[in-house]
Amino acid sequence: MAPWLVRTSSQLVRRAARRLLSPSQHRRHRAPAPWKLCSVPPVPRTTSPAAGGGLWEFCSVRRFTGDSSPAAASTAEDGLAGGELELDFPGGKVSFVAEMNFLPESQKERINCYRVLDDDGRTVSGSKFQEVSKEMALKMYSEMVTLQIMDTIFYEAQRQGRISFYLTSHGEEAINIASAAALSIDDIVLPQYREPGVLLWRGFTLQEFANQCFGNSLDYGKGRQMPIHYGSNRLNYFTVSSPIATQLPHAVGAAYSLKMDKKEACAITYFGDGGTSEGDFHAALNFAAVMEAPVIFFCRNNGWAISTPTAEQFRSDGAVVRGQAYGMRSIRVDGNDALAVYSAVHIAREMAITEGRPILVEALTYRVGHHSTSDDSTKYRPVDEIEHWRTARDPISRYRKWVQGNGWWSDSDESELRNSVRQELLQAIQVAERMPKPPLTELFTDVYDEIPSNLREQERLLRDAIKKHPADYPADVRV
Amino acid sequence: MLGAARRQLGSGPMLGQVLRRLRPATAAATEAARGYSAAAREMTVREALNTALDEEMSADPSVFLMGEEVGEYQGAYKITKGLLDKYGPDRVLDTPITEAGFTGIAVGAAYQGLRPVVEFMTFNFSMQAIDHIINSAAKSNYMSAGQISVPIVFRGPNGAAAGVGAQHSQCYAAWYAHVPGLKVLAPYSAEDARGLLKSAIRDPDPVVFLENELLYGESFPISAEVLDSSFSLPIGKAKIEREGKDITITAYSKMVGYALQAAEILSKEGISAEVINLRSIRPLDRAAINASVRKTNRLVTLEEGFPQHGVGSEICMSVVEESFEYLDAPVERIAGADVPMPYAANLERMAVPQVDDIVRAAKRACYRAAPMAATA
Repeated sequence: MAPWLVRTSSQLVRRAARRLLSPSQHRRHRAPAPWKLCSVPPVPRTTSPAAGGGLWEFCSVRRFTGDSSPAAASTAEDGLAGGELELDFPGGKVSFVAEMNFLPESQKERINCYRVLDDDGRTVSGSKFQEVSKEMALKMYSEMVTLQIMDTIFYEAQRQGRISFYLTSHGEEAINIASAAALSIDDIVLPQYREPGVLLWRGFTLQEFANQCFGNSLDYGKGRQMPIHYGSNRLNYFTVSSPIATQLPHAVGAAYSLKMDKKEACAITYFGDGGTSEGDFHAALNFAAVMEAPVIFFCRNNGWAISTPTAEQFRSDGAVVRGQAYGMRSIRVDGNDALAVYSAVHIAREMAITEGRPILVEALTYRVGHHSTSDDSTKYRPVDEIEHWRTARDPISRYRKWVQGNGWWSDSDESELRNSVRQELLQAIQVAERMPKPPLTELFTDVYDEIPSNLREQERLLRDAIKKHPADYPADVRV
Repeated sequence: MLGAARRQLGSGPMLGQVLRRLRPATAAATEAARGYSAAAREMTVREALNTALDEEMSADPSVFLMGEEVGEYQGAYKITKGLLDKYGPDRVLDTPITEAGFTGIAVGAAYQGLRPVVEFMTFNFSMQAIDHIINSAAKSNYMSAGQISVPIVFRGPNGAAAGVGAQHSQCYAAWYAHVPGLKVLAPYSAEDARGLLKSAIRDPDPVVFLENELLYGESFPISAEVLDSSFSLPIGKAKIEREGKDITITAYSKMVGYALQAAEILSKEGISAEVINLRSIRPLDRAAINASVRKTNRLVTLEEGFPQHGVGSEICMSVVEESFEYLDAPVERIAGADVPMPYAANLERMAVPQVDDIVRAAKRACYRAAPMAATA
């Protein structure tokens, strides 16, 4: 595009704005006075938009009385009839209109929500969804139950003082497991922290979860991170990052890398409703669209960012409407409906990879648990609300009704599953607890690829000090 | 020319026209031409950086560049000139204007095995991305216990240029050198720029690479060895830029040139100054610094950044810890004034170290002049 076009059009806009908001008009507020008819005479068209004539042409917008009567509208159309109808602008042609229409702050109706299963676990008539085999359906169900039991038992372990911290995914089991089930193992996961189910689905064992929470020598993080900050290279699951939303730009970078390597895979990143307020959210969505990165942005809109409800987080209709502003396809899905989440992510993945584009998925759900073990959410939200979501809207029982309705599951299967998971977890915790903590040397490794001399020096000094004063150092650290 | 508005012409995105930032239109070389032999091959720091990028991109397909204006515009300071044509838009990425965005994206790409080189238009703007540099890049290898390495380079002009005010003139060497997990390099000459940038790109850890706008246009003699594409310099090693026996002056980046000028003046007065070009701020070559101080018994630290918690403070501490008994005089610290950079040229000059300041400090340390308090 020619540089002059940019300059003239922005000048036109500024000038038009000045004329519309002359000081006298500006001061006359309160009573919505009808606008004056403008007496700017029509100016003959000129061929070059850069010339003065073109400039005046834009400014000679007929101002008409506030009512949008057909008569006024036709006057306006007539006013433009002699001028340009479209502006050739970066991104495509823009039509001129005589009416001054501000875009409304929201659509008349909220964006609808894709659902497959109703509250009773029956498929909604006419719903389109991705077929799930019996084997897959049962694995999804078992993992959802396993996640629920793992959360309950680790939460208790924290309450007993055996681990320092924990954070449950209660109420979001369908999001965790169904989204993971729709992905392939080659897809890169950049989690926030309420998605351990994705790791569970990929084969992280309960023992591996326990080792991390207890920070023992078998923890892949060498005991360096708070509980629940899981990570696994083997399973393409990035280590949980505590600052909110930083994983979003990382996901775009990882997706870009997949694209450069021409891999048949995408990146997926999870975040909450609160995370959409971070600058990183804006940056990541914009970059992903511009760079055409195959990445799925999965927003778990669970209503609460610790104690901040969504009404105080944003005034948009959730996160789903933001996608369009960045030029991105988006869908809102019932986050407590495993089949809907599975189907939406399945299709999102396909579009992301085959068309090389980012997709935004907003799942509506509810954080049934407290934010973390450092929180008591009954202080800021009604217990009735929590109970309603915990019982009537529970994603696991809804999905169980569907599985059981297919004749694939029985009550005895249920109790057998729950017992065996519980036993396995208690065993895992005992093993993790008894396992020695990481040795002293791990304090100094991995700051850099190779240990630099100043860190070697620090380690030597520490070892000397321990040798001199062994009684003052904890016995459970291997020197 | 100073403070000229940044303007993008041609077919670029129109939002580039928004006058978001001010910067000088071109780098202004203020120092006088250097007195090297005309026969020796010379190279500007700009060419040195450009050829280093070019060679490393050619050697390793996982190396790519990203930043504002690095592609079509060839870099705000033309460091990336010609690279878009040579390597294409997949490897030389013009980004929207969001430091936090492209830095985070580059860190993500590094997590995934690529080797991004991120350009900041100036390191002042890296403040908008510092969360990703520190919380994401510097700490990930440790937090993931070696599962996630971050081979990335953050580069761009750092420190005071000329007439660009407080928000374009700060030195961030001490800031980044504070953080375990980062390596921080500050080249002075064309040889430094080539050798250190190549090492930074090949290094498996995140490297902050602090250039100086006023040095971009300066030429330095350069040997055939340095021009070889396999050339690199070790990270963590300082260079004795000039040998001496009476006093040690430590400096990095543009201040190395000032220290050399001061040494020349001092030599005429019978003081033999040893000038150490630090090259690497983290890791810091404590061995080289202490060896020199043990020889000269006197130390002047020189930097453009603010004095408190600065690079000089750390050097002073290292010498106090390891070579205290060798010191014959208190350590002198020359640093920028403890104020945001003023714009007015007269005030700006007073806010950054000048050659005379170094000469005076060196003389004080050699007891060749009355101490500062006595002259006040």
